[in-house]
Parts: sequence; C-alpha cells; structure tokens
Amino acid sequence: MNLLDAVLWLPLAGFVLLLLIPRERVRAIRQFALGITTATFLLSLALLVGFDRTSAAFQYETNLPWISSPEIRYHIGIDGISLWLVLLTTLLSPIGVLISWQHIDRRVKEFFALFLAMEFGLIGVFVALDLFLFYVFWEVSLVPMYFLIGVWGHERRIYAAVKFFIYTMTGSVLMLAGIIYLYIRAGTFDYPALIEMMMNGSLMLDRMEQNLLFAGFFAAFAIKVPLFPLHTWLPDAHVEAPTAGSVMLASVMLKMGCYGLLRFCLPMFPAAARGAAPWIVMLAIAGILYGALVAMVQPNMKKLVAYTSVSHLGFVVLGLFTFTELGTNGAVYQMLNHGISTGALFALVGFLYERRHSLEIEDYGGVATPAPVLATMFLITSLASMGLPVLNNFVGEYLVLQGAAQVNFRWAVFAAIGVILAACYMLWMYQRVFYGEARKDFSMRDANLREWAVMSPLIILMVWMGTYTQTFLPPITASSAAILEQTKVNVEFHVERQMPRQELANAR
Amino acid sequence: MPANFVPPSGVEYIRVLPEIILAAVATLIMVLEPLTPAPRKRALGYLALAGFAGALAGAAAAGWRTGPAFSGMLEVDGFATFFRLLVILAGLLVTLVSFPYLRREEAESGEYYALLLYSVAGQTIMVSAADLIVLFIGLEISSIASYVLAGYMRREKLANEAAAKYFLLGSFATAFLLYGIALIYGATGTTRLNGIAQVLSDPRMAPAGILTGTAVALMLVGFAFKISAAPFQVWAPDVYQGAPSPVAAFLAAGPKAAAFAVLLRVFMTAFAPLTGRWLAIMWSLSLLTMIVGNFAALLQTNIKRLLAYSSIAHAGYVLVAVTAHSEEGVQAAMFYLTVYVFMNIGAFAVVAYFSRKGERYVEIEDLAGLGVRQPVLAALFAVILLSLIGVPPTAGFLGKFYIFQAAVKADLLWLTVLGLLNSAVAAYYYLRLIVIMYMKEPGDSLLELPGMAVSTRAALWTSAAAVVVLGLFPALIR
Repeated sequence: MNLLDAVLWLPLAGFVLLLLIPRERVRAIRQFALGITTATFLLSLALLVGFDRTSAAFQYETNLPWISSPEIRYHIGIDGISLWLVLLTTLLSPIGVLISWQHIDRRVKEFFALFLAMEFGLIGVFVALDLFLFYVFWEVSLVPMYFLIGVWGHERRIYAAVKFFIYTMTGSVLMLAGIIYLYIRAGTFDYPALIEMMMNGSLMLDRMEQNLLFAGFFAAFAIKVPLFPLHTWLPDAHVEAPTAGSVMLASVMLKMGCYGLLRFCLPMFPAAARGAAPWIVMLAIAGILYGALVAMVQPNMKKLVAYTSVSHLGFVVLGLFTFTELGTNGAVYQMLNHGISTGALFALVGFLYERRHSLEIEDYGGVATPAPVLATMFLITSLASMGLPVLNNFVGEYLVLQGAAQVNFRWAVFAAIGVILAACYMLWMYQRVFYGEARKDFSMRDANLREWAVMSPLIILMVWMGTYTQTFLPPITASSAAILEQTKVNVEFHVERQMPRQELANAR
Repeated sequence: MPANFVPPSGVEYIRVLPEIILAAVATLIMVLEPLTPAPRKRALGYLALAGFAGALAGAAAAGWRTGPAFSGMLEVDGFATFFRLLVILAGLLVTLVSFPYLRREEAESGEYYALLLYSVAGQTIMVSAADLIVLFIGLEISSIASYVLAGYMRREKLANEAAAKYFLLGSFATAFLLYGIALIYGATGTTRLNGIAQVLSDPRMAPAGILTGTAVALMLVGFAFKISAAPFQVWAPDVYQGAPSPVAAFLAAGPKAAAFAVLLRVFMTAFAPLTGRWLAIMWSLSLLTMIVGNFAALLQTNIKRLLAYSSIAHAGYVLVAVTAHSEEGVQAAMFYLTVYVFMNIGAFAVVAYFSRKGERYVEIEDLAGLGVRQPVLAALFAVILLSLIGVPPTAGFLGKFYIFQAAVKADLLWLTVLGLLNSAVAAYYYLRLIVIMYMKEPGDSLLELPGMAVSTRAALWTSAAAVVVLGLFPALIR
C-alpha cells in the first residue's frame, strides 16, 4: 500500500461512507464530498515529492494478484504523463464539488456519491498498468457519468446520456476484443511486460494483426477523444450535463481517449499506428477546423464550448501522430491545458447559468458592468483557451504545431488556421455576452467566495503553465521520449518509412 | 430380472441423494397438501425450502463421492455436481420469491412447491445423465412439471395460453429429440454417451454420415428449443409473459441451465467425433440467437417480454462458448450460466414484487420513479441490469469476458466481434429500464407500493451480492 493506492481508493472509501449519511443532511453530504475530494487532491500533491522527474519508469508501483485464471493483476503505477493526469483529476474533483454546491439541489446524496465513484474510476484509468484492470476502470468511470447526465442534466438529458453510453460502449467492446486477442497472443495483461516483450522481440505482431488490434483500440479511444467524425455524442452530452458533469467530461474524461492513444495504440502497435498516421492526422485537422467553424455559429454558450473541445482535441491527436518529441510533448501539455481552460470555461458558463438560467448568448449582454470580476475571469480564460502567449494553451499548441511542421509543413499551416478561428469565436462570444448595453431584465451579481475558490486555482495554473513550463515538462518529456522509442520497434517498416524521411531531409 | 443384474451399492445411493431428497420431499408435500388447512399452506413452502436445502447438501455429498451410478446410467462428476448445485439453488431462490407472490395472488398450495421440486429433480437427473434414455427421462420430468407451473394461475387467460403453447411446442421439440435418440441408437447400437463417441470415432464402425447427421440435427433442434435458441425461440416471450413471474424466473434459470449442461455434455462427448460437422451450425445458431434476442428486446414495452428476449440473447452468448468447443469454453459456459441464474432471478424478483396483485404493473413505463421511492431496491436492480449489460466489475462482464476469451482462442474472431457488438446493442434496452427508474417522474404505479417481503428481499440481495462478488472474485466457483 503506497501513496498512489491511497489516492486511488480514497474516493471509493468516500463513496461508501457517503452512502451511510442520511439523505436529509444535505449540508453534511456536500461538506463530506468536498472533504474527501480535497483530501485526495492533497494526497496526490504528495506524489510529486517522491517522484523522480528524470525517469521514464513507472513509479509508485503496486502489483498484486487479483484473479488467478486468467492471470489478472492489480498493477498500478504512474509515469511522467499519468502523474499529471491524475493530478488534473484530483484537482478538478473538489472544484466540481464546489460548482455543484448550489446547482445540485435534488437527490444530493446520489449526486455526490456518483461523483466520488466517478473520481475513483477516472484515477483508475490513468494509473492502471494491467490491460484488464484498465478496461474495468474505463467502464467504471462511464456508469456514474451516465447517471450524472441522465438524472441531473437539462431537457434532453436522457437522449444525451444514452447516446453517450452507447457510443462509448460500442467503442470499448471493440477494444475488449483487442485486449482478449492480445492476451491470448502474449499470455499476459501486464502492460510493462507486454512492452518489454515487444521491445526484446519475443512478441512480434505481424502487420495484419497490428492493424486489426490498432483498429479495435483506436475505435474506443477515438470515440472518447472524440475524433472527427465520431464526435457527435459530445455536444449533446456536454450541453445536457449539469455543470460539474460538463467540467469532468471535458477536462478529464476526454483525456482518457488521448491517454489511451498515447499509452496503448502508439507503443503497442507502432507499425499500424505509423501506417495510419497520415489518415488520422487528416481527421484531426478536419476536426480542428470543423470544430472551430461550428463553434463560431453556436447560439448556445455550452454548445460553443463543447465544439471548441472538438477543435482543441484535434491538436492533441495531431501532436500524437506526428511521432516527434515536440509533437508528443505538446499533445500531453495540451491535454492538461485543455483540462484547465475548458474546465474553467464550463464552470464560468455554469456560473452565468445559475444567475440567468439560460445558456443562450442572446439572453446576455453587458454582463461586465454589474459583474466586473466575473468578466475578468472569463476574459483570462477565453484568452488562455484561444492560445494567447504567456497563457497555457499557447505552449501546447506551439509545440504541436512545431512537431507537425517537422513532419509535414502543410499540416502545421492548416492546424494554425484553427488557432486563428479560436480567437474569432471566443472573442465574439465574449463581446456579445459581456459588452454592450447592460440588460435590465435580470440582476447579475458578481463572483462570490465559492466562485473565487473555483476559479483562482485554475487561473493561477493558466499563468503558471504558460510561463514556467519547467515545472511540468521534464517528466512529460522523459516519458514521452520513452514511448516514442517504443514506437520504433517491432517493425519491418523501418525500411519503407526511412525513404520519405531521407527525401525530406534532402529537400530541406 | 436379468441374470447379470448387480444390485446398486450404497455409494451409488449417495450419488443420487439430491434426486432422492427432492422426490421424497415433493411426494411428502403432495400427501400433506389435502391435510393442510388453507391458511397454513405456507408451511408446505417451508418444507419445500428445507427440501432444497437438503438437496443442496445431498448434491455436495454426492459430489464428494464422484463416480458412476446404476451401472453407468448416471455419471456424477464435477460437471454434474456443479450443475446440480446450480439448479437446486435456482429452485431455492425461486421458492423464496414465490412465497409472497402466491400469498398475494391467493394461490398458495402444496402442488406448486411439489411441482417445483419435481422439476428440479428432473434437472438434476438431466445434468448427471450418462445415457440418452436417462437424459430423456430427466428432461421429461423437468418439462412436464414446468408446463403445469406455467399454467398455474389457471383462471388467467394469458397463463392458459402460455401453458398450452409451452406444452405443445415443448412436446414437439421433445419428439424431435426422441427421434434423434432413436436414430443415433439405430446407427450406433447404444445410448451411452461414451459408447456413441467410441462408435463414431472408430472409422471401421462409423455409420453412414447421413444417418448420424440427421440424428445430430434432430437432437440439436430438441435442445435448441429448451435453451430457446433462435429460430426455436418463439415460445419464450409468450410463455414468460403469461406465466407467473416466479415461474418465469424459474423457466429462464433451472431448465435452461440444465438443458445447456446436457447440450454441452452430449456435444462434447458423444458427438465430439463429429465436431467438424456441427460446428458451423452452432456458429450460426449462436449468432442468430444473439441477434434475434437483442434486436427484438429493443422493441419491447413489457418487462417480462423484455427479460424473455434478454434471456434468448444470453443463450446466444453461452452458445458462443459451446461453439468454442474447448475446455475453456465449457468453463466459460458454466460460469456464465451461474451468473445468469442470479441475474435472471434477481430481475424477476423485482418484477414479481413490483407487479402487484394480478400482475397489473408489468410495463416498463410503470417503473418510473422507482429510484426515488425505493432507492435501495432500485440500486440492487440497477446493479443486476448493469451486470446483464456486462459492465465491469460485475460478474456479467467477467462471464462475457471468459466466453469471448474462449472464442478468440478457438479462432472465432468474427463471432467474437459480432457478439461483443451485440452486447453494445443490448446496453440500450437495459439502460432504458435504468432511465425510467431513475430519470422519470413517479407515476400512478408507485401509489400504494407495499414494502418488499423478507423472502423476496433475501433472494434479491443474494442475487445482487452474487453478481458483485463473483465479478470481483470469480475464483470462488471456477
């Protein structure tokens, strides 16, 4: 039992204990949920202390037998990538609780119980090092989110919840088929062992096998990311979810897909991944542009932010499939950035909704006059989201674009258009909501203490991640370099791929 | 008496202990029935419960002294013991669910419990049969008792229809089976399972392919009816809908598990030499069953019919394991059937409780708001439904995992992918129940909802707990 186990299991313990609190004691339930999530966050901060930032190895490992036949182990651990994703999850959980403090006023007990169960599942996804265990957490995180959307969401919540569940389920059963096949081929579910076997050549998957396995895993992850054109569940789910649900969905859940691509698809099936890369990059760029263009014309704020996610996550996929160090680093950094800034955006939209009970942009106007602090928070977050230098998204987008440019300059050009479009839709929305004549038909109070508590850590992080990348990048670099190294093995394809690279160098 | 008659030894009686106990208690109940005044019929139920408990112990004792009985007519091995325990347990849980149900419907009587015991006795004979004749007798004992149980509410129109349909189609299927047995006897000269295998695998003695092929096909039709595999599934929804809910729970659990046990035993031993010939049929049977079950379930509005189609779909998953025809496949099927028995009885327990007198509330919409009014009950039901979908960490997921693992190992890649996609389709209709329970406002159906009786509660808790515990620690029964 080490620190990581504690971080993982504390939310589940909280879930069980919370069920014991009588349902009338709403205040106690909220406080308890906040206490558990905050404690989990503080514990997870302690992970940083003993973490070796220069190593790509898995740290804080626990490896215990769980099911004997087939051999499934409770094997968890984190490297420089999952470390930050765990921290992102644990940071956003107390924030999610705070956001829901007043927003959720019925069936409070169930809401926070499910919220804690979801945190457990999400952390589990990022720490699992056994494919079976990973799949279990993958699905465990799905169920609470389904309930959060379906029970506490807006008008079309049921449609959105079911669509979300079925889409994800369809992808994940294909991944399950892949996991089973891989187990029968390799005799183990253990991720480090599988990678080791692939590195030393004792497990060779031929191109056909790789393609099929890649397709199975990719289906699950691409739906979750979501990659254009599999994104249609996302606007529905985001718009209909309660605010905390949208925040967790955008900030953490979408990262499960990106994380899966990076952790499993690239290093385990490198030949297939490299072979498919040009096509996937096309889809990623299409997603960047499509998401941005559709966001621009949305009359609904939440839907607008949802489509920006499609656009931003296109950058992540683009970065991953450049197979360059810069691109991969940028992709991981962008995962974190998107978690922070889009989470903040959804929270802010939620604050506006609590005041006006509308998500339509046209119902607002001149909000900056009565609520200057809120307006400032929104402005900083918008600027971060559109990639203004000094704020976090700039760093990630820059790295991704540079990585893309190394492989194919045209990719970078098209993707960069997305950045320009981001400025358009964010500023235009900001202008319509916060500037102009102050509307008299509703009162708008400024940020209260709870909202300060939600936003300040996020805004601090936006600036910190935008100005001092040294805090965050070294562990990411170490781990992504190791993964890139793994994508070079198991390949007869070295030969076939070397040619165009050579030409590229000559051309320069 | 033939000259070579050897009286059975004492240990052989131990090997049929569960059958002895079940039949004895059932007969005792029949005798006591006319002597028991109406208000005290419940006592007969308790007696039945004790009978099941005794039979469980008996099956365990028999499993401890494994071996053949009655000159090889029965074979009490690990496989038989496993299924004996399973069907007896199913009978026990169904009895628990039946108590409050029968009292509510004012239909408590001894014969209900006696029939239940007889039916289970038939199933325990089926699963330990090593001879086609014994198998057939077991099947008939089980079936005839179930036909009567299906029509137990004899004043209900739907129940009558159910019983008539079940009986007619069931007899037809049994006739097919019997015809198949006759042909195989004609072809091989024996009804012993391993004897048949011996003849079939010996190229010098092997009978004409057309004869054995026909025999296998006819027997498969008989079994496919009993496990409600498509295209022999049409009876299931009507029968489950018309039969009293506890009986529907029983039909989808005991007889089905026993029929699968028999199917596995016959096709893995007697017909193993013909594997190449029946494999393609089994492949299509399983795929068709999954597709028919899942897609038809999407359209249902009645919970009992929905569960009927769901049970068809689950038979399809188990058939995937049969198609894998391997050690893993058999184990996966055993695990899955166990899990399915719990899931199914748990689900029907909720229906039996919720439907109220005369089974008025059996539409899916009637469940609206149950999550608010009865949070614990709804949560247990939700766990069972999630297990039916196959969401980890429930046993339903692990069961599917084992089945498809066996399938991939047997190179059934397409069947695996199609089967898994089927389970994604299935998610939709189970989720609909959850949606209605948790996300819809309560309607009239929740007015005057009585508390759940202790015995139903016990059955439901057992089922839900089993689903979770087996999901986390499958080693308990594997």
